[in-house]
Amino acid sequence: NGTSQSSSLCKTTSNTAKSSRKIVFVGLEIHAQISSNSKLFSGSQVQFAAPPNSLVSFFDASLPGTLPVLNRRCVEAAVMTGLALNCSINKKSLFDRKHYFYADLPAGYQITQQRVPIAVNGSLSYSLCIDSKMSQMVTKTVRIKQIQLEQDSGKSLHDDTRSQTLVDLNRAGVGLMEVVMEPDMCCGEEAAAAVRELQLILQTLGSSQAVMAEGQLRVDANVSVHHPGEPYGVRTEVKNINSIRFLAKAIDYEIQRQIEELENGGTILNETRAFDSKLGCTVPMRDKEGKQDYRFMPEPNLPPLILYDAKSLPANMNHQQVINIDWIHERLPDLPSVKRKKLVEQYGILPEHSFTLLNEEGLAEFFESVVKQTQMKPKKVIGWILKDLLSYLKQHSLTVKESPVSSFVLADLLNLLEKKEISSTAAKQVLAELWKGEGKTPLEIVKEQKLELLQDQKELEQICQAVIDGHKNEVMAIKAGNPKVLNKLIGLVQKKTQGRSNPVLVKQLLEKKLSG
Amino acid sequence: MRALLLGAWLRAGRGLPRAPGSGRRHREHRGHSGHSEHSEHRPQAPLRQKVSVEVLQHLEHLALVDFRDAEGVERLQKAIQFADQLHEVNTDGVEPMDSVLEDRCLYLREDDVTEGNCTKELLENAREKVEEYFVAPPGNIPLPKLEEQETFLQGSQ
Repeated sequence: NGTSQSSSLCKTTSNTAKSSRKIVFVGLEIHAQISSNSKLFSGSQVQFAAPPNSLVSFFDASLPGTLPVLNRRCVEAAVMTGLALNCSINKKSLFDRKHYFYADLPAGYQITQQRVPIAVNGSLSYSLCIDSKMSQMVTKTVRIKQIQLEQDSGKSLHDDTRSQTLVDLNRAGVGLMEVVMEPDMCCGEEAAAAVRELQLILQTLGSSQAVMAEGQLRVDANVSVHHPGEPYGVRTEVKNINSIRFLAKAIDYEIQRQIEELENGGTILNETRAFDSKLGCTVPMRDKEGKQDYRFMPEPNLPPLILYDAKSLPANMNHQQVINIDWIHERLPDLPSVKRKKLVEQYGILPEHSFTLLNEEGLAEFFESVVKQTQMKPKKVIGWILKDLLSYLKQHSLTVKESPVSSFVLADLLNLLEKKEISSTAAKQVLAELWKGEGKTPLEIVKEQKLELLQDQKELEQICQAVIDGHKNEVMAIKAGNPKVLNKLIGLVQKKTQGRSNPVLVKQLLEKKLSG
Repeated sequence: MRALLLGAWLRAGRGLPRAPGSGRRHREHRGHSGHSEHSEHRPQAPLRQKVSVEVLQHLEHLALVDFRDAEGVERLQKAIQFADQLHEVNTDGVEPMDSVLEDRCLYLREDDVTEGNCTKELLENAREKVEEYFVAPPGNIPLPKLEEQETFLQGSQ
């Protein structure tokens, strides 16, 4: 747990002749936008892509005489997230001001929780594939230092041609949960896996929709390297990472950059760098030179935030003014790790399968729905879901919701297969036809393309005999002790029957005839 | 808003009450615990605490205040000395107070949309606007160094 450095997993600890093994520390600061109707301290709406400055209240614009009023839903979201990440919830937490000047921060400070945040000391477990075949997974843990509530800033659009910045305050004041992960990770892959798992947890809880593309989940990485036995290296902060894929790339690039810099006798500056996705490298950020002094001070307009549990619940307080941690705890939904375990236990699928099922929105539900409607065993159904359905959806960039083949239709098809009315090759053919979404049922397609398995045993026997008679050489080879040649005969029977014979039955018939 | 208050006060040129000679050397330290029981026995600290050029530049950068000239810097030093009187009080074992309202209940608001949709009103205050966006200069303009203060003065008025 904690600071375990299994760098055997991390390909970035270089094996160059010059360097000995380096220890890499990767920590993350993740900002998740809280999923709520209104903002953290004001009643203006939270919405992505609205006309500029239309979702801005006087408080958000920092007009004099306005005061912050805390949104209950945002507190609940933070408590849920803290509980899901095994944190201790601070029954008393405080708000502070963090001062810095920027055009998209009209007040000149951000209200955050620097002294006593709402949740501390948690952990997040995530899994990685050891090899590229996805057949072996290992579980790792990263410590969660804290979760704090804070305001988001507005958006700046830089117009370099006219040397000006356009400011939209729609996002200013939206509630954020900052999740701080300790530097327990050692490479881009680990960080990406941890963030992916956090994303799934947040989406399951509903505390944040955590869509990175819409800026609802933003990640900054802190990276440092040093030789074992030597003092810890200087760390750099990497910002401007827009996807989980880029997160891994940015971190790995920065690790490599630091290793090379040190190997060449240079030093690492304690600076903030931006990731350039086009060039695939990190570059120093202008405007962030030197250490910032934020002059933290208590937010004088907000008394401490007090949370209760079943024991400390006050008797005479207005319900609406009380947040009960235990009440929230009881109503937490099953987290992804629990869901995966249940899927494996209930359906006998592999852990890797459960990961893929939960990784795609709606796929687990689709799978369970098919299982309910078919006699085929879940262990067989999963193959159709993960190989046939998922690969088709990926090829055509469709979500599970957009699938032209519904769970009902797929179950129908699998039933035909299970009842041995068609072969599995035929089933794949039917599926290919079903993708066209023309509304035909599997049975209709089977009849149209004459894919039914031959039910007439006598006819099948005759065909087998004919194949045996027409291929004396192969028969001799089989009898001489080369059983693999049998597959050729099976194939020939399949061809003659235009794929309408059950290969298992054909094999039995041929073997019977050849043994005589 | 809060940052400019100090500057305005300094420029107003009001006289400062003379601070008793208890200015402390270590005013830059945060969370300084009171050693005031020793102050009577300490040798008198010099009345003029030197505010170094670096500290001054740092303060000007943080607060976007312009201390203008030697007189302004002198008033700053006196202001610091005046505030240092707080160290006279022994605060051992006393929890710092954030505000006189810190014992009040923090009111929790329901998550309803009740504000916004006043773009026109908000933009009325803006000196410059482009299609419903506020206009700001690009990035943060670095402050000129102390030696260049004269030129800054000319430009700022």
